[in-house]
Amino acid sequence: MVKDAADPIVTADGRTIGDVLMDMRGITLRFGGVEAIKDISFDIREGEIRAIIGPNGAGKSSMLNVISGFYVPQEGEVWFRGEKRPPMKPYQVARQGIARTFQNIALFGGMSVLDNVMTGRLTHMDSSLLSQAIWWGRAQKEEVENRAKVERIIDFLEIQHIRKTPVARLPYGLKKRVELARALAAEPKLLLLDEPMAGMNVEEKEDMSRFILDVNDEFGTTIALIEHDMGVVMDLSDRVVVMDYGRKIGDGTPDEVRGNQEVIDAYLGVAHD
Amino acid sequence: MPDQLLFAIEVTLNGLMAGVLYALVALGFVLIFKASGIFNYAQGVMALFAALTLVGIMEGQVPFEHLINVVFGTNIHGFGWEVPALLAILLTMVVMIAFAWAVNWIVLRHLVNQEPIILFMATIGLAYFLEGLGDMMWGSDIKTLDVGLPEGINIWVDETTFELFGYGFFIDNLDIAATLIAAVLVTVLVAFSQYTKHGRALRAVADDHQAALSVGISLNFIWVLVWSIAGFVALVAGIMWGAKSGVQFSLSLIALKALPVLMLGGFTSIPGAIVGGLIIGVGEKLFEFLLGPALGGATENWFAYVLALIFLVFRPQGLFGEKIIERV
Repeated sequence: MVKDAADPIVTADGRTIGDVLMDMRGITLRFGGVEAIKDISFDIREGEIRAIIGPNGAGKSSMLNVISGFYVPQEGEVWFRGEKRPPMKPYQVARQGIARTFQNIALFGGMSVLDNVMTGRLTHMDSSLLSQAIWWGRAQKEEVENRAKVERIIDFLEIQHIRKTPVARLPYGLKKRVELARALAAEPKLLLLDEPMAGMNVEEKEDMSRFILDVNDEFGTTIALIEHDMGVVMDLSDRVVVMDYGRKIGDGTPDEVRGNQEVIDAYLGVAHD
Repeated sequence: MPDQLLFAIEVTLNGLMAGVLYALVALGFVLIFKASGIFNYAQGVMALFAALTLVGIMEGQVPFEHLINVVFGTNIHGFGWEVPALLAILLTMVVMIAFAWAVNWIVLRHLVNQEPIILFMATIGLAYFLEGLGDMMWGSDIKTLDVGLPEGINIWVDETTFELFGYGFFIDNLDIAATLIAAVLVTVLVAFSQYTKHGRALRAVADDHQAALSVGISLNFIWVLVWSIAGFVALVAGIMWGAKSGVQFSLSLIALKALPVLMLGGFTSIPGAIVGGLIIGVGEKLFEFLLGPALGGATENWFAYVLALIFLVFRPQGLFGEKIIERV
């Protein structure tokens, strides 16, 4: 395990944040001539809730897509669990233990909630095609075991009542929760949430915040999330990265970030000159 | 019961069984279309190729026999052995899986995110390539395929209906066998897609590529899997059609009959493919029986397409297809 954590970080509620889980070093991402991310470095430590915030078009989602392998940066290195990650396809990143949700929800609409969450277990199932084709031996055992785990997650996120409902029929807030359940089912080492509360009403936001905190608390899952709502972010996260126009303009605990003049300017919309 | 009605019932039953074959070919189309959005024009030729390969293996032919003889001046005529049907079917399946793999790694991999029309053109090219390959590997003469399925009139049906109605129905044993096999095949496919990990992955890919990637599904793997299953379905269709009318080029034309089936059933629905196939099968036989004489016969050639056209006007998404809603 590579550690550049000479300084153990103690959070507001007195917990000590662990080793570096993911380390982004000098990431630059370009689309044609546009630089979406400019030379950004930050780390995510085990057990923390790390927020990435910033105004629209700051490059937050691009950053999440770099972490999850959907975008490949032109420059910079991604270090995960102490090893430099070679360029990978998104499905390979997922198999390394990084699960994610999407800003505009990407669920399997035609499938039931249960089946959607079961797809989250795919990386943990390894029976052979033949065994599955004849539904015998490993495949059957595996299906039953994983089903049990999925049921626990469904209970945890309080979506038992819609287990058999096709996802396409659910209201927005519940869809977001199903997507979280699917990501959680993978038992990820790192959970990425892209605007988990976008488009929700106050009540739904409170529910979602509670679930995120519970997940972090009970499973010890490391979470990196993107969020617009400053209030929510400050309550939830242990540490915050602030982005603006593809650059990093702040990094620290919520209190540190709140006092940062550049951050205040970015959010209040001071003219960039 | 009046004779006309009895004839009509007999015709309907025979139509249903012809429909099973259409449904099988259409099923191959639907599987690939759902998972990758590719309309695979080569599905019919895949059935022909599978049947040719099966006959070739069973009769102990040497692949590319003619070519080898010409190039090396040799005079090979077969291995001199015969392979039992079941083993030959397994070997043919291996060939179809290899084909699925090759199609994905040599052709489709380079066409990811291209326009559907480009992918469609690629499959047209594939169809003609495969047709030529089949000829080159196994020769272009018409072959008979006998994997040991029962054939000829079903005596039991004939006698029972004769006792009941005074008119014996003619139902071919081969058709009954084909229907049973198709039913088993569809049941297994549905169970596989519902209750196994790869089945679930398959449905996931059909639904949303991004989300599928995010849960660790390799799209390439799923596409090879889907093409292999489509190859298997093509093999089954090829065996049935080949046993009925010999293995020859016209086999690949049933693919065109699958088109109206798909328009009826919807391009993305497995139940749709089955119901559509049955409707077309029954429809064209009954139509020929009832109106054929008045219209000068040979209505089976066009009935399916006209029916599909009428359907397109009133329900463009098909019976079971997803409704197409364009947001303005």
